[in-house]
Amino acid sequence: MKVKLKVWRQKNRDASGEFKTYQSPELNPSMSFLEMLDVMNEQLAAGGEEPIAFDHDCREGICGTCSLVIDGKPHGPHKGVATCQTYMRSFKEGDEIVVEPFRAHPFPLVKDLVVDRKAFDRIQHAGGFISVRTGAAPDANSIPVPKEAADLAMDAAQCIGCGACVAACKNASAMLFVSAKVSHLGLLPQGQPERYRRVKAMVDQMDAEGFGNCTVTGSCEAVCPKEISLDFIARMNRDYLVALLKGDAKKPSGGGAG
Amino acid sequence: MNLLQSIWRSSLGKKYIMALTGAGLFLFVTGHMVGNLQFFLPPEAINRYGHFLKTTPEILWPARIGLLAMVALHIASAVTLSAKNKAARPQPYAGKTKDLGASVASRTMLMSGLIVLAFIIYHLLHFTAVVDSINGAGFDFDQLYEPNSGHPDIYAMIVCGFSVWYVALFYLVAVGLLCVHLGHGLAAMFQSLGLKDHVWGPRIGAFAKAASLAIFLGYASIPVSVLVFGHGKAYADVVKAGIVPDAAGAVKALKGGAK
Ligand code: HEM
Ligand code: FES
Repeated sequence: MKVKLKVWRQKNRDASGEFKTYQSPELNPSMSFLEMLDVMNEQLAAGGEEPIAFDHDCREGICGTCSLVIDGKPHGPHKGVATCQTYMRSFKEGDEIVVEPFRAHPFPLVKDLVVDRKAFDRIQHAGGFISVRTGAAPDANSIPVPKEAADLAMDAAQCIGCGACVAACKNASAMLFVSAKVSHLGLLPQGQPERYRRVKAMVDQMDAEGFGNCTVTGSCEAVCPKEISLDFIARMNRDYLVALLKGDAKKPSGGGAG
Repeated sequence: MNLLQSIWRSSLGKKYIMALTGAGLFLFVTGHMVGNLQFFLPPEAINRYGHFLKTTPEILWPARIGLLAMVALHIASAVTLSAKNKAARPQPYAGKTKDLGASVASRTMLMSGLIVLAFIIYHLLHFTAVVDSINGAGFDFDQLYEPNSGHPDIYAMIVCGFSVWYVALFYLVAVGLLCVHLGHGLAAMFQSLGLKDHVWGPRIGAFAKAASLAIFLGYASIPVSVLVFGHGKAYADVVKAGIVPDAAGAVKALKGGAK
C-alpha cells in the first residue's frame, strides 16, 4: 500500500514550521506507524532531504516515548493504543495522513515532531516517589493491601507519561497525568506517609510549568493509550483539598536526643 | 502561605471556588425558579411574595450581597483560568482538530456563562431596577399597582414584560444556555470538588442532566405561558388600564361588554 504523508517540518524551536507532503514508497500494511516513518526517512535521506525527526523507544507501548498527533488525534485512530502500536492496516491505500507534534506551551518543540516533555519529569521529581528505604523485597503479605486498592493503584500505574492527555486537552491540562501519578502511590500503604505533601508538591509544580486547567471535557481519557480514568482527577482534587486545608507540616522544634 | 492565597494561586484552588460558587448559584437559581412558579397561582401569591422580599431588608440585602460575591468570584476564576488555558497552548494545531469526546457544552462554558451574565444584567435592569427604557413595552412597570393592596404588581409586570416577544425570546435563549451551562457544570462541580468516582459518576451525570432540564422547563414555562397561551393577560390589562390609555377598551371587553 501507499499513503501520502502531510507532516510538520520545523528545523528548531525558533524557526517557523510548515506542513510538507510526501508520497510514501510501497508499504507493508503490517508495518507499525513508526516503521512507516523509518521507511519514509530512508527514502528522504536517499533523496538528500533531512529525515523527519520523531520520538520513539520501546515500540511496544510501555515507555511513553512515542507521540504524534495523527489526523487530529494523539496516538492515531485507535482507542487505548500508542502510536508505536498503530499499524498501517488501520489506514487505506492512498490516504493522506496528517502528522503534527503535541502542542503545548510546557512541551516546547525540539525539531519536526519531537517535543521536550521534561516538564513531566520535573512534576515527578516534585513528589512522585516514596522516600522510605525499601530494602530487600519484603514478604509478599507483610504489608496487607486490599485487592480493590491494589487494582485501582495498578490502573493508575499504567500511565506511561506520554503526554497525550495534554496534547488532546483543549486547555493543554496535565491533570490526567498528575492525577494518575498521585493516585498510584496515594492508594497504597507505602505511599501514605507522603500522601498530602506529594499531591501538593506535584500539583504546584504542574501549575508552575504552565499547564492549563481541567474543565472536565474528557478528551484526555478518550485519547489515553492506557485508558486512565477521569475519576483519578477527582481523587487528586480531593487529596489536594485536604492538603490545602491541612497546611504545611509543623517544623521540628529543635533539640532532640543527642 | 495563608490559606486564601494558596487557594487563589493554585489551579485546583480556583476550581474549588468555581465549583462552590457554582453550587451556590445553582441553589439560588433553583429557589428563584420555585418562587417564580407562583406565577401559576392567583396573582396575590407572587405579589405577596415579592412584597415580602422587598420589605424585608434583613433577608434581601444579605442575599443580594452574597449573590453578587458569588457571581464575582465565579467569573473572576472562570476568566483567569481561561486565560491560563489559552496561554498553555500558544500555537494551535495546524491541521484539522477533533472534539475527542468533549461535548459542545464543555467546550463552550465560558461563552454560555458570559451570555448568561449579559442576561443577568438585563434581567436586573428589567425587573429589579425596573428601567422602563429597556422593557420594550412602551410604559413604566413601576406604575403597575395591585388593585386591592396598592403594592407593586409583580404578576402584571411579568405578563407585560413577556408580552414583548423579543424580550421573551431573549429570556428563553438565556435559560436555554443556562441549561447547557449547568448540564456540564453540575457534573463538573462534583468532579472539581473530588466528590466523584465510578459509583457516583453515572448518578451525578444523571442528576446534572435532570436538574438542568428541570431548570429550563421551570423558567421557560413562564414566558411561554404568557406569549403563547396569553396567561394572565386579562388580569394585566385591568391593572394596566390605570396607566395606559388604550388599555381601557380591554377592561370593557373583560367586563363582558362589546368593544
Ligand atoms: C446563574 C449563573 C451561573 C450558574 C448557576 C453557574 C453554575 C456553574 C457550575 C455549577 C459550574 C461547575 C463548576 C466546576 O466546574 O467545578 C460552572 C462552571 C463554569 N462557569 Fe458558571 N454558572 C453561572 C454563571 C456563569 C457566568 C456568568 C460565567 C461567565 C464567565 C460562568 C462561567 C463558567 C465557567 C467558565 C465554568 C467552568 C467550566 C468547567 O469547569 O468545565 N458561569 N458554572
Ligand atoms: S515507543 Fe514506547 S510507548 Fe510507544
